[in-house]
Amino acid sequence: MAANKNEKWQGGLLGWIDARFPLSSMWYDHLARYYAPKNFNFLYYFGSLALLVLVLQILTGIWLTMNYKPDAELAFNSVEYIMRDVNWGWLIRYMHSTGASMFFIVVYLHMFRGLVYGSFKKPRELIWIFGMIIYVCLMAEAFMGYLLPWGQMSYWGAQVIISLFGAIPGVGDALALWIRGDFVIADATLNRFFAFHVIAVPIILLALVVLHILALHEVGSNNPDGVEIKKKKDDKGIPLDGIPFHPYYTVKDIVGVAVFLIIFSIIVFFMPEMGGWFLEKDNFIPADPLKTPEHIVPLWYFTPFYAILRAVPDKFLGVLAMGGAIFALFLLPWLDRSPVKSIRYRGSVYKVAVGIFVVSFIALGYLGTQPATPLFTNFARLFSLLYFGFFVSLLIIPKFEKTKPVPERVTS
Amino acid sequence: MKKIFLVLLLTLAPAWAMAASGGIHLDEANIDPTNKQSLQRGARLFVNYCLSCHSAALMRYERMGKDLGIDEKLVAENLMFTGGKVGDLMTVATADADTKEWFGTVPPDLTVIARARGVDWLYTYLRSFYRDDSKLTGVNNLVFADVGMPDVLWELQGWQEPIITTVKDHDGTERKTVALELVEPGLLTPHEFDRAVRDLVNFLDYMGEPAKYERRHLGIKVLIFLFLFLGLAYLLKREYWKDIH
Repeated sequence: MAANKNEKWQGGLLGWIDARFPLSSMWYDHLARYYAPKNFNFLYYFGSLALLVLVLQILTGIWLTMNYKPDAELAFNSVEYIMRDVNWGWLIRYMHSTGASMFFIVVYLHMFRGLVYGSFKKPRELIWIFGMIIYVCLMAEAFMGYLLPWGQMSYWGAQVIISLFGAIPGVGDALALWIRGDFVIADATLNRFFAFHVIAVPIILLALVVLHILALHEVGSNNPDGVEIKKKKDDKGIPLDGIPFHPYYTVKDIVGVAVFLIIFSIIVFFMPEMGGWFLEKDNFIPADPLKTPEHIVPLWYFTPFYAILRAVPDKFLGVLAMGGAIFALFLLPWLDRSPVKSIRYRGSVYKVAVGIFVVSFIALGYLGTQPATPLFTNFARLFSLLYFGFFVSLLIIPKFEKTKPVPERVTS
Repeated sequence: MKKIFLVLLLTLAPAWAMAASGGIHLDEANIDPTNKQSLQRGARLFVNYCLSCHSAALMRYERMGKDLGIDEKLVAENLMFTGGKVGDLMTVATADADTKEWFGTVPPDLTVIARARGVDWLYTYLRSFYRDDSKLTGVNNLVFADVGMPDVLWELQGWQEPIITTVKDHDGTERKTVALELVEPGLLTPHEFDRAVRDLVNFLDYMGEPAKYERRHLGIKVLIFLFLFLGLAYLLKREYWKDIH
C-alpha cells in the first residue's frame, strides 16, 4: 500500500478523492497490481462467478421483496402475483430461484478446486475458514429462503429440518419451539425467516465475502501447481509467474461470465423447474399444516447431508453426523499435513481418496433425494463411511505417500 | 355395443389402495401450447365445468383473453358467468364451508394445478372416472382413489364401469388388472372426448404459467445476444493474453 502512495494521481477529482480516501491504492492493491499466477485453469472461474451470482441474488431479491408478502395468508398468492401481474416478475423470480441452485453448483466447484489444489493449506487456512463460514451461511440463507413461497415443500421441508433441533437431548424441544416461534411452522416462523433471509444473513454474507477476498489478497492466490509465486520475484518485486489481475483476469473472467450466463439463461428461459430439481412440483400446492406430503425432500444441495442424517439409526446421532460432515470440512487445513499442495504432485493413493470422496458426495446427494428403502439406506451408510473415511485417510496418507517433486515455477 | 377399453391397466391388489400416489400408468397428454384454438376450447370447458366449484383465483379473465386471443367483449359475454369486470380474478361464489359439506373437502384452486400434478396426470385423471355405487358421488377414480369430486364431465364422456380380470404372468403369478369399459355413451365419441380433455389440460397448463411463451421467445433473443457477447469477450481475452507466456 505504501508503495503506491507516491504514484497517486495528482490533481483533478481523483486527486481530491485520493487525498481523502484510498481509492487509487485500493484499485492497485486489489486489481491493477494484484499479481495472480498466470496458470489459472477452468476451475478458477468459479470464484468470480460466485460473486456474480451473489450480486444477481441480491438485486433480484430486492425486486422480489417489493411485491412479496411475508404473511402465511398471502405469501403463496403473492409469489403467483409476481409471476403473473408484476411486469417482468416471472423473470426476476426465475432468476432468483435458478440463482439459488446455481450458487451451490458454483460454490461446490469452487470448494472442489480448493480441495484438489490444496488452496486451504498454509498460509491460506483463514481463506478456507472464511469460505466455509460463507458456505454455512449460504445454506442458512437458502433454507430460510425456501420457506418463503409457502408451498407444501417449503412448509414440510422446514418442519423436518427444524424438528432436527428437537433431537438434541434436554433443550431440544424448547429450542425448536424458540426457532419456530410457534408449536408448528406458522406465520411467526415465516416472518422471522423473511427477516433473516433478506437482511441478517445477506449482511453477514457480504461481510464474509470481503474478509474472504481481503485474506486472499494478503497471501496471494494459489494455482493448479500449488507453487508459491511470491518466492520468485523480479527486481521490481513482481512475481515472475504473476500477471496483474486487471486486465488479464478481468477479461478472462468475462468469458467465464458469458458462458455461465448462457447456461443460466437456458435454465431460466427454457427449463426453470429443471425437472423438479430447482422448483419442486409439490411447492405449487399451498402449504397445508394438516396434509403431509408423501415424500418430503430437501432441495438437492442439502441432500448429501440429509442422506448422512438418515443413514444413522439414532436421530440425535444422525444430527451429530450431519453436523460433523460439515464441520470436518472446516478442519481440512489441519487434517491434511502433506507439504505438497496440488493434487498434480500427490501420490496415487491420495488421488484415489479424492475420487472416492467426490463419488461419495454425489452418491449421497442422489440417495438423499430417494425414499429411504433398506437397500438405499445401506448404500447411504456405505457412502457416509467413505465420506468420513476420506478425512481419516488425510491423517494417514502423508505418512507413507511418495509425492512427486514440485516445480520451482508454474508449468504451462 | 362396441366395447372400448381405456389404456389404463394397473395391478389391482395393493395398487388399488395407493392409486392416488404413483405406480399408475399415465397417458400422455400430448398438449400443443401453441394451438390457440385448443386453448380457447379448453377455456370454455374450464369455465363451464370447473369454475363453478374450483376457483382459479390467481388468474385474471383479462389476461386469459389477451393471451388466448379472445376479445374482451367476448370474454365478458361468453366466459364470465358471475358478472364483474374483466380485470377480476377467476374466483368462485360458493362458500368454502358449503363445498366442504358437499364434497368432504374444499375443491382446490386450479390456477397452478398443472404445475403441481403435471399434464399427463390431469389428462389421465379426468378420463378415469367409473361408476361406484359405494361412493356418495356414485363414482370413483382409477388415478385418484376415493376422490371427493363427482364426474362432472359424465354427460360428455358417458359412464364407465371397471372390469377386473385376473391374468397370469409368464412366471405363473396371478395378477389382477383393471380396465375401464364405456357402458353408456356420452354426447361425445371417445375420440372427441379425449380431444376435449386434451384441450382442457392444455388450458390448465397455460394457466399454470401464463408467461411461458413470453419466456421462451425472450430466451431466444437473450441467448443470441449472449453468444455474440461470448464471441467478443473471447476475442478481447485472446488479444490481451497475446503477451502472456
